[in-house]
Amino acid sequence: MQTGLRKSQGCPDEEKTALLIHMYRTMRRIRRFEEVVADLVAAGEAKCPCHLYIGQEAIAVGVCAALKPEDTIWGNHRSHGHYLAKGGDMQAMMAEILGRQTGCAGGRGGSMHLVAKQAGILGTVPIVAGTIPLAVGAALAYKLQGKRQVAVAFLGDGATEEGHFFESVNLAALYRLPLILVIENNLYASHLHLSQRRPLDNLDQIGALFGIPGVRVDGNDVVTVYRTAVEAVDRARTGQGASLLECRTYRWRGHVGHRWDEDVGVKRRDELQEWLQRCPIERLRRSLLLELGISEELLNALDEEVEKEVESALHFARQSPFPAPETVGEYVYS
Amino acid sequence: MRRISYAQAICEAHRQLLETDRRVFLIGQGLWSPWYAGTSLKDLDKEFSRDRVLDTPISENAVTGAAIGASMCGMRPIVFHPRMDFMLLAMDPIINQAANWSYLFRGQVSVPVVIRAAINRGGEQGAQHSQALHAFFMHVPGLKVVMPSTPYDAKGLLVAAVRDENPVIYIDDRWLYDLEGEVPEEMYEVPLGQGVLRRTGQEVTVVAWSYAAYLAEAACNQLAQQGIEVELIDLRSLKPWDEELVANSVRKTGRLVIVDGGWRTCGAAAEIAAEMSEVVFHWLKAPIVRVTLPDLPAPSSRTLEQAYYLTAQKIVQAVERVLYDADRFATTETESAVCESGEIVPDAQRGVGSGLLRGDEQRRLDRSKAA
Repeated sequence: MQTGLRKSQGCPDEEKTALLIHMYRTMRRIRRFEEVVADLVAAGEAKCPCHLYIGQEAIAVGVCAALKPEDTIWGNHRSHGHYLAKGGDMQAMMAEILGRQTGCAGGRGGSMHLVAKQAGILGTVPIVAGTIPLAVGAALAYKLQGKRQVAVAFLGDGATEEGHFFESVNLAALYRLPLILVIENNLYASHLHLSQRRPLDNLDQIGALFGIPGVRVDGNDVVTVYRTAVEAVDRARTGQGASLLECRTYRWRGHVGHRWDEDVGVKRRDELQEWLQRCPIERLRRSLLLELGISEELLNALDEEVEKEVESALHFARQSPFPAPETVGEYVYS
Repeated sequence: MRRISYAQAICEAHRQLLETDRRVFLIGQGLWSPWYAGTSLKDLDKEFSRDRVLDTPISENAVTGAAIGASMCGMRPIVFHPRMDFMLLAMDPIINQAANWSYLFRGQVSVPVVIRAAINRGGEQGAQHSQALHAFFMHVPGLKVVMPSTPYDAKGLLVAAVRDENPVIYIDDRWLYDLEGEVPEEMYEVPLGQGVLRRTGQEVTVVAWSYAAYLAEAACNQLAQQGIEVELIDLRSLKPWDEELVANSVRKTGRLVIVDGGWRTCGAAAEIAAEMSEVVFHWLKAPIVRVTLPDLPAPSSRTLEQAYYLTAQKIVQAVERVLYDADRFATTETESAVCESGEIVPDAQRGVGSGLLRGDEQRRLDRSKAA
């Protein structure tokens, strides 16, 4: 299971240090942001349902590092990581989670409805698989407009069980759309293990039936995810059509909420302990220290910056007003 | 003025939209086949290429979702569902996504998509090839719903719908496709949310839309021969609907009949009746009456179809009832007021007494009480 790590240890020199540092920093931002959100949920200060991404950071960060700002990503209920990785504003997300007027959706959405139009996030929603057809539509728009943009659908393993998924994969293949399907296989859909939902563990092959190439990667290895995404993006931009990535990972916290993932009707403490050893951030940190000779001081300073950024976002959100009740009727129509 | 059919008017609107706006494209099932669309999309794939007129796999959900996604990325798609029944497979993208999007994201991302559905019924097609589901969509905040009854409106409403920033459910009716009427050659809009007075009258207001408006027109002609002057309103848009137009008319006539080609319970007619009972209660001389489909799946056999669907005669009877039978409303078959024990409650106990002759008197009484 540690093949990805070995690959990253053998990371070729041409990988730019700056990119690796950027990816490290972004993963830290997601991790620290969500640890604070978990505390806010535990304390009852954050009331909206929060589905934490902790443990899966390498996927959003690796994929988004391969994209341009004008490319769009389409998320789901667990999209804090997607949002930050694609360039969404941290303060606006924190404010949204705390229901404030300054939130990215003005307090109309909460944690599950994030938006950052300029960064290429046109909205995330919790209906499982709900944004996959929308991502297909974005890719169709780019094709009709003659733009070389790419749409990325982030979906969980559970979303591949929806009809949305199969209809969308067929359309994307038929029209050779610039679409990337990123399956974040964290082995659980809510409380059910993959083996309780699928007879075969073969999500990487699920697009092949439609002629969409698929690849399984270690989703806890940001470098591997990044390299694979670069290939898929290249295919999409050059008119070769859609690709599918199955990124194997693990959800550390519960399906929803702040608790460690031992409380959703399955006893999986041992499994979690194993995956904690495969922390994507620690893995990259080790590589940076041991292989690229980045100093511990520099990484500690980065961590400190991130700590301050999250504190500042929380301060911003707490200082922000709640939306005025009389505005409840606004924006039903554009 | 030039006369063309309802289907031709729809086709012309599509053609002119495709000609004048690069953002417009058509997507859905049956777009290359007259079997599905009649003449309403005739030859558009040949004129504008099959890249802009996409006849898709049988995937209502993903196709509708894709149109919605494309609309968020600068396009103006028109999705076509040749049978509204099958559009139920696209309820998630329409309701969860398209309808909510503007509100959810504080108006930062709009969804200018038109979702066109054809009501295609009759001819013994049975329950799943017959449904008129406009009330479902009317129920949902964030959607707009239009249902043209004339060639003129069919064209103008489609143009307006495509130019609107919001998701619009555009519902046409195959029973109207051959109906001819005057249609200007140039592009024009019929504003969303605006009803139209088809004829003026003093005694009773009839509100209808889509094919029901066509039937209502026939009913009005018949009633006119009996000397009954009906004020006929064609709503054209169901969401938003023209409350002011209806309320003003009812203030004049004091009687309201609503004709709806959909089901009765929680239907569009029920909503209009409820709203009007709040707004113009004191002007009413008789209870508001709905003429709707019964709460039944559409049957197949012709004798059952005849019993099921609206006819002009049913509308005539309803108008006669609000004019002449108001006192007996509580005990008529369709309007029985049944109390919880199951007994029919007599008028007097229910406080319903304001029939045709006593209506004006009662209204004056109510007003003086209010004053």
